[in-house]
Amino acid sequence: MSRWRLSAHAFRTILTKEILRFSRIWLQTVLPPMVTTALYFVIFGRLIGSRLGEMDGHPYIDFIVPGLILMSVISNSYANVVSSFYNAKFQRHVEELLISPVPNAVILGGYVAGGVVRGLVVGTAVTVVASFFTDFAVHSYAVTVAVFLLTSMLFATAGFVNAVFANSFDDISVIPTFVLTPLTYLGGVFYSVSLLPEVWQRVSFANPVLYMINAFRYGLLGVTDIDLGLAFGLIVAFIVALGGFALWLLDRGIGLKS
Amino acid sequence: MPPALSLHNLRKTYRSGVEALKGIDLDVAEGEFCALLGPNGAGKSTAIGIVASLVRKTGGEVHVFGHDLDRDPGGVKACIGLVPQEFNFNQFEPVAEIVVNQAGYYGVPRREAWVRAEAVLRQLDLWDRRTVMARTLSGGMKRRLMIARALVHRPRLLILDEPTAGVDIEIRRAMWDFLRETNRQGTTIILTTHYLEEAERLCRQVAIINHGEIVENASIGALLEKLHTESFVLDLREPLRYVPALPGYELRRLDETTLEVVVPRGRTVSGLFDGLARCGIEVSSLRNKQNRLEQFFIDMVDRGRQAQGGAQ
Repeated sequence: MSRWRLSAHAFRTILTKEILRFSRIWLQTVLPPMVTTALYFVIFGRLIGSRLGEMDGHPYIDFIVPGLILMSVISNSYANVVSSFYNAKFQRHVEELLISPVPNAVILGGYVAGGVVRGLVVGTAVTVVASFFTDFAVHSYAVTVAVFLLTSMLFATAGFVNAVFANSFDDISVIPTFVLTPLTYLGGVFYSVSLLPEVWQRVSFANPVLYMINAFRYGLLGVTDIDLGLAFGLIVAFIVALGGFALWLLDRGIGLKS
Repeated sequence: MPPALSLHNLRKTYRSGVEALKGIDLDVAEGEFCALLGPNGAGKSTAIGIVASLVRKTGGEVHVFGHDLDRDPGGVKACIGLVPQEFNFNQFEPVAEIVVNQAGYYGVPRREAWVRAEAVLRQLDLWDRRTVMARTLSGGMKRRLMIARALVHRPRLLILDEPTAGVDIEIRRAMWDFLRETNRQGTTIILTTHYLEEAERLCRQVAIINHGEIVENASIGALLEKLHTESFVLDLREPLRYVPALPGYELRRLDETTLEVVVPRGRTVSGLFDGLARCGIEVSSLRNKQNRLEQFFIDMVDRGRQAQGGAQ
């Protein structure tokens, strides 16, 4: 059997397995972000947002839509891969893959694709929730879809790296709690960085999530605090770096083989 | 024709400094049914782990049907089916999906994978349980699930690491029949087990590993030839009045109707019966005190222990 054919079937198998996995537990994976987002819209969009006026020329509730969608995409893409791959390590069924002739790039690709699909499902669900609270048009479909997919890929890959290093269930919650959530909240989901004092604006520009949220906001609303080319360059650079690192870890068997 | 498995000077030293394999050499011919025996910690699972790409070797060579593990790991992996010692499937996945997914990892298209999964699950009497979560299976069923999973991509070499540990005798015997049939159909099988009766009944070749070294590698017949003595337990028709002295045999009374006899190589059981008959003792039944391979294994491990003690 050719390597390509084997890789194609193996990729499909991993992806199908991942989709079935998170679909089986949709009460834990798909529903909670929808409920959380609805609460954000009620509290920040309707109750508080109605008193805030416009931000970057848009009603506040519209302004926070892109950030809330991308926030759910980021956290779900990451969570899907980190929990699934760590569970595979914990229950040792990762050995099913390690003993098989599946190339490491396909293992990584399959898990990342699973994370992207969950990001897509949850992102779409959150968008549907958002449509109940506000009417918003898409400024650029190309930019919206590209940022959506690339950001999802990036955080799914990051989740994979986290899972490889994790030795306990605590290890898979530390990064989302203490790194991912602060970076996302400080990445301009709820505000424009132009409101910050100059010093804090500079600090904010060191946050990669800011670029993703702003690029996504440009795709939906047509407004952004950052350069779009720089945002795409940064996302792609992170994907290449993290993807290369993840492959190196798999090739060396770090965290997986004795 | 290249051997199914060829290990040359295989070494493994763990980070802790433990030298699990000290340069083992082993050839297993295609179609063979080989037992890899040894006490706990001897290095069996490490050797299997290296062949299955779960453990990184420190040195040496591994070839599977001519594929070099260093140069063509994909070729090696495609030939092997592994049934590990511990349950290592997703406990929260339905039984059939576990088997179907494993086929997919070997490049079997999804539709074909379902056909194969049905066949192998039916063979192992698990098809009725195909939709239940794996965690709900009994211990014996879980063992059979791992065998089904290992066979679904039709490997040429099946490696089983203590496949019948903890299963009752009925299931064990059914698994023996299944493995015999699998071997008869051409699959080379390597088996590690602590049940030496299992090895003696199933295998034609035996390799014994101790302290990271292969200390015996021969056919079952050749190994048993090396047994210096064989012990039997005799049930007597009448209570024993005295223990007779039979030249060349060592007799010991266990209770008033039971005798233990050690028969040295070169002496015969019929000679023993003749001697007992001359003393007016009638034997109603006879059995081996322990499995013959077990006796050989214990002797060998004892010799190894004494040699180690002497060296220290």
